[in-house]
Amino acid sequence: MIRLADIRFRWRSRDPPVLDIPELVVDRGETLFVKGPSGGGKTTLLNLLGGVVEPEAGTVTILGTEIAGLRGGARDAFRADHIGFVFQMFNLVPYLPLIDNVLLPCRFSARRRERAGARPEIEARRLLAHMGLDAERLAGRPVSRLSQGEQQRVAAARALIGTPELVIADEPTSALDEDVRQAFLSLLMEEVDKAGATLVFVSHDARLEPAFGRSLALAEINRATPER
Amino acid sequence: MPIVILALRSVANRKATAGLVVFAIGLSVALLLGVERVRTEARASFANTISGTDLVVGARSGALPLLLYSVFRIGNATNNISWKSYRTIARSPGIAWTIPFSLGDSHRGFRVLGTDLGYFEHYRYGRRNRLAFAAGGPFDDVFDAVLGAEVAATLGYRTGDPIVVSHGLGAQGISDHADKPFRVAGILARTGTPVDRTVHVSLEGIEAIHVDWRHGAPIPGLAVSAEAVRGMDLTPKTITAFLVGLESRLAVFGLQRRINEYRAEPLLAILPGVALQELWDLMGTAEAALSAISVFVVATGLLCMMATMLAGLGERRREMAILRSVGARPAHVFGLLIAEALALTVAGIAVGLGIFYAALAIAQPVVSASYGLYLPVAPPTSREFLFLALVVVAGAVSGAIPAWRAYTQSLADGMTART
Repeated sequence: MIRLADIRFRWRSRDPPVLDIPELVVDRGETLFVKGPSGGGKTTLLNLLGGVVEPEAGTVTILGTEIAGLRGGARDAFRADHIGFVFQMFNLVPYLPLIDNVLLPCRFSARRRERAGARPEIEARRLLAHMGLDAERLAGRPVSRLSQGEQQRVAAARALIGTPELVIADEPTSALDEDVRQAFLSLLMEEVDKAGATLVFVSHDARLEPAFGRSLALAEINRATPER
Repeated sequence: MPIVILALRSVANRKATAGLVVFAIGLSVALLLGVERVRTEARASFANTISGTDLVVGARSGALPLLLYSVFRIGNATNNISWKSYRTIARSPGIAWTIPFSLGDSHRGFRVLGTDLGYFEHYRYGRRNRLAFAAGGPFDDVFDAVLGAEVAATLGYRTGDPIVVSHGLGAQGISDHADKPFRVAGILARTGTPVDRTVHVSLEGIEAIHVDWRHGAPIPGLAVSAEAVRGMDLTPKTITAFLVGLESRLAVFGLQRRINEYRAEPLLAILPGVALQELWDLMGTAEAALSAISVFVVATGLLCMMATMLAGLGERRREMAILRSVGARPAHVFGLLIAEALALTVAGIAVGLGIFYAALAIAQPVVSASYGLYLPVAPPTSREFLFLALVVVAGAVSGAIPAWRAYTQSLADGMTART
């Protein structure tokens, strides 16, 4: 599913490397927990997997495609087609209605739109319902008025729509209260499992670790030691 | 396509700022259109003031004063022409017609023009339009008057109404020719020229009311009644100016020279087209300044939009990052901002058109009455459409700067802007 080989990355050429990863392999359908403190290169790793930045050296292969070798536009298209993201907070576009926020990936990727079925709105509602959100009831409300927990669940629905092969979550629970956190996590795991997707979940919160199939600390695989 | 929908939603979401920006652009566009329309119509109406006349002749002064008092009925003649000279020139070979003008009196702020029946036959304006009567007909009697359309409309006169002419151009009542009232014999159809603001009487009428006057005041002890005056010889001794129509336009320069070299008294003959052009050129600077100002106001409106968009970029970094994470390219982010700028500009133009037409509808009667300038409430001309298209292009260009900032910002931020 994912194979990183001999990755080296630094933001600017005079900076020390942030990432130096000889190898990281994630199998299809795996749920991987990556733990590490903030500023430990996690964010960079996600940008690398998403194809937003290119490594200085090495290869990033996702679904058999060497994305570091793609051109910028092709990487953006690949990301839209195959990867769903959930971030820590402020995941939603404030001026779009709830449903349109969920449908965003379908707007940028024909593949995701097709995989979401004949009527992507229905699929969006179904996902929201699975996440415990009533799209009809919340329809009139600006998304910025939703609670953090609700916003994260909308973001999860968006990451899952059109069944991308890979879901990447970056501290998606750290802005949530304890009780909401567990509920969100299990909903996410359930949906990822149902979609047969691979999940890469990055967090500094080791308490979440047991829910995942595999766990590793970023420091174990990253030979670079970022200062921050 | 998704970008356009996003842009519209984004603009709609910021109603307060977007509304202000749209209003600012709207006002500037309305001003641009207004200046442009007033300018074009003023120029057209100006050039249309008189046509078909080959020469305007008056006592020697400058070409512009002569044009102003004879055609525009603004200002005063410094000298008159003797009737004898007028008749001598009018009888010259090659001359098709002449129209004598005798100015100097007024009626409630409108100029009184003494002339003859040739005026209604030969005077042309616009594209060689003849004067037409809306009611009644030409003057028939010494004390008949023919009113311009605006005189009748403003003062509410109908045919048959009596009017009293005042001596000079001052207000009513200071020195009236009250002993010899005129009767409205006819009312002319609207022409959009100074004719509309003129009271026309016969030369004999002008002579009749001045029989018992000398040096601008009634002669004490000499009052001639309106009835008695009819029996007198009312051939004028002087006139103010006259218009000349030639049988062949080729003769115009020869005649102009002969008149300018006329020995009996100093005269000046001008070609109205040339003088009109000179006068318009004189106003060209003001016109250009006005246009420049309106262009700068539009630029200010667009700068206002640019500033607002730039100011908003900081708080939109997170939004851009989200868009990037769902597959938007940096080019999409660029396009989003351009589309927003275009949406604001187009909305501004729509508002501007609304303001422009509302203002036009309100101002039209006032401007027409006060300045004799008829501003048609017509759809935009192709030139005005061109201006609007240029505003759209300028809007897109103004959007390009914040769009470029957002582009580079989103390239740097990737998916991970935390703000």
